[in-house]
Amino acid sequence: MTGSYERPVQLAVDQITLRFGGVMALGGLGFSVRQGEIFSIIGPNGAGKTSMLNCISGRYQPQRGTISFDGHDITHRPPAARARLGIARTFQNIALFKGMSVLDNILIGRHIHMKSGLFRGGFFLGPCQKEEIEHRRFVEDIVDFLEIEHIRKRVVGTLAYGLQKRVELARALALNPKLILLDEPMAGMNLEETEDMVRFIMDINQERGITVILVEHDMGVVMDISDRLVVLNFGQKIGEGTPEEVQSTPEVIKAYLGGEQTVFLGR
Amino acid sequence: MSVAHCGDFRQTYKDDMLVLRTRFIRIAVGAFVLLLYVSPLFLSNYVTSTMTTIAIAVIGALGINVVTGFTGQISLGQGAFMGVGAFACSYFMRVVHMPFWLAMPMAGLTSAAVGMIFGLPSARLKGLYLAIATLAAQFILQYVFMHLDAVTGGSNGIPSPPPEFGAFTFDGDRSKYYLTITVAIAAVIFTTNLLRSRSGRAFIAVRDHHLSAEIMGVNLFKYRLLSFAVSAFYAGIAGSLWGMYTGYISAEHFTITESINYLAMIIIGGLGSVLGSIFGAIFMTLLPQVLTVGTGALADIFPKIGFLIMSFKDGVFGIIVILFLIFEPDGLAHRWRMIKTYWKLYPFSY
Repeated sequence: MTGSYERPVQLAVDQITLRFGGVMALGGLGFSVRQGEIFSIIGPNGAGKTSMLNCISGRYQPQRGTISFDGHDITHRPPAARARLGIARTFQNIALFKGMSVLDNILIGRHIHMKSGLFRGGFFLGPCQKEEIEHRRFVEDIVDFLEIEHIRKRVVGTLAYGLQKRVELARALALNPKLILLDEPMAGMNLEETEDMVRFIMDINQERGITVILVEHDMGVVMDISDRLVVLNFGQKIGEGTPEEVQSTPEVIKAYLGGEQTVFLGR
Repeated sequence: MSVAHCGDFRQTYKDDMLVLRTRFIRIAVGAFVLLLYVSPLFLSNYVTSTMTTIAIAVIGALGINVVTGFTGQISLGQGAFMGVGAFACSYFMRVVHMPFWLAMPMAGLTSAAVGMIFGLPSARLKGLYLAIATLAAQFILQYVFMHLDAVTGGSNGIPSPPPEFGAFTFDGDRSKYYLTITVAIAAVIFTTNLLRSRSGRAFIAVRDHHLSAEIMGVNLFKYRLLSFAVSAFYAGIAGSLWGMYTGYISAEHFTITESINYLAMIIIGGLGSVLGSIFGAIFMTLLPQVLTVGTGALADIFPKIGFLIMSFKDGVFGIIVILFLIFEPDGLAHRWRMIKTYWKLYPFSY
């Protein structure tokens, strides 16, 4: 796990300040994520974890600071441009396209990699068919990987919660990203579903080499799988480092855990 | 007779992309299309021309379903966009001397351009606010129709010359029907294909969750504008055909009533369904005619209150539409799917 310190930095967040009116959501926050890491952002409710993800994915524009990804300054680029650079994400509250089938949802992830426009699509001749099939193949690989073959034709709105979370992960993977932002992927899941999700996250990271930024409340999971993590409280960084380092930071223990270190130790 | 398998077994992705999935469906659809082409030979001119208006309505309804049903942007300007197409087509034929087969797509493109201009507010506005913005389009265009005398003939209207193909002129009920139904079938096929390809998926993604569509790299503004363009293009084509059908176009036809009529078609037929557009167009075209015949017959029986019965017609029309919304909120296309599912397993439903 200490090996991740030697890898090159992929995402650098510097002095990010985000205000909503008078409320300071993020106050001069900075950290860097290295290539191939599982990097977690933790903190109590309202600490600014999701706001941080929204700044990285482009949904919020920070008032100050810079975010750079693979050497590009992406601070002011629109979300679609960031997707093209290889940043994908899932949402805390499921944000799937409810009226579409599972396959179509995942195929949206291939949108930026496809070319057919209105006319090619409307006539649906050779080149368009070939493109559809080619990307269908890519999508089916992900479907196999996440073990959702049995629901590929179902309309997403009718699926159980745990499966919807998995479809959302599949959609993000279809972008073929270099960095994936997961916003509470385990929230509301039972033990079995959580274990499946952890397995998927680790496979994504190790087999596909995708960097993972994880926001999660399940401390057992976070401490087990993270290479490094950052702890936020009221938009300020109060701790950063490996799980062991963070667990022994007095400020973290005080602010986040109310002085009881045992909470870290398991579920 | 080929039977659907109890499971859906496909060997290739190409097979899996088929729209008409079994041989039975392919034969049924083929037979239906054949019937559409053969039936005018046996039907009266009145019925044939009613079918022509239905085919025109199908094209217009498909258009508004793309923008409202699939992309989720309420549009109250479909009637006006039809007008743009009708006047443009007439203009291209009379003044520029284009043949109809060139003037019609050009009219569609003109209408699409106008639709895109009035689709611009969709960048900022959603839901009811956008509906009001498109309502403005309706009234602005109506004003233009009344006052741009050189192109539209103002309040007098303007003739729309019949299409010619070589020595043949499309001026009979039957020939007009054949032209219209061919375009309508092409529109159905094009829309179906569009919606199962990249752009169509992007439209639906914008409707279902625009924030995550944006995160997935879908350019929201582009696809909202495109949906308005596609919708207005269809309206333009429908308008050109309407001009051909009536031979004379005037601004009176392309009012807010027509726009609401189209919106009602896709709500009754089924939002976000190609089949729903067809059902809705048939329903909304036939219902007033049935009511006219029905109230006419009643008025004959009770001559003293005949004028009262006749004036109930619009009320009854409204009531039927409301009942539909209460008892069939997902539209006729949904009911059709239910019926199909029922008969698939009949008589052993478990």
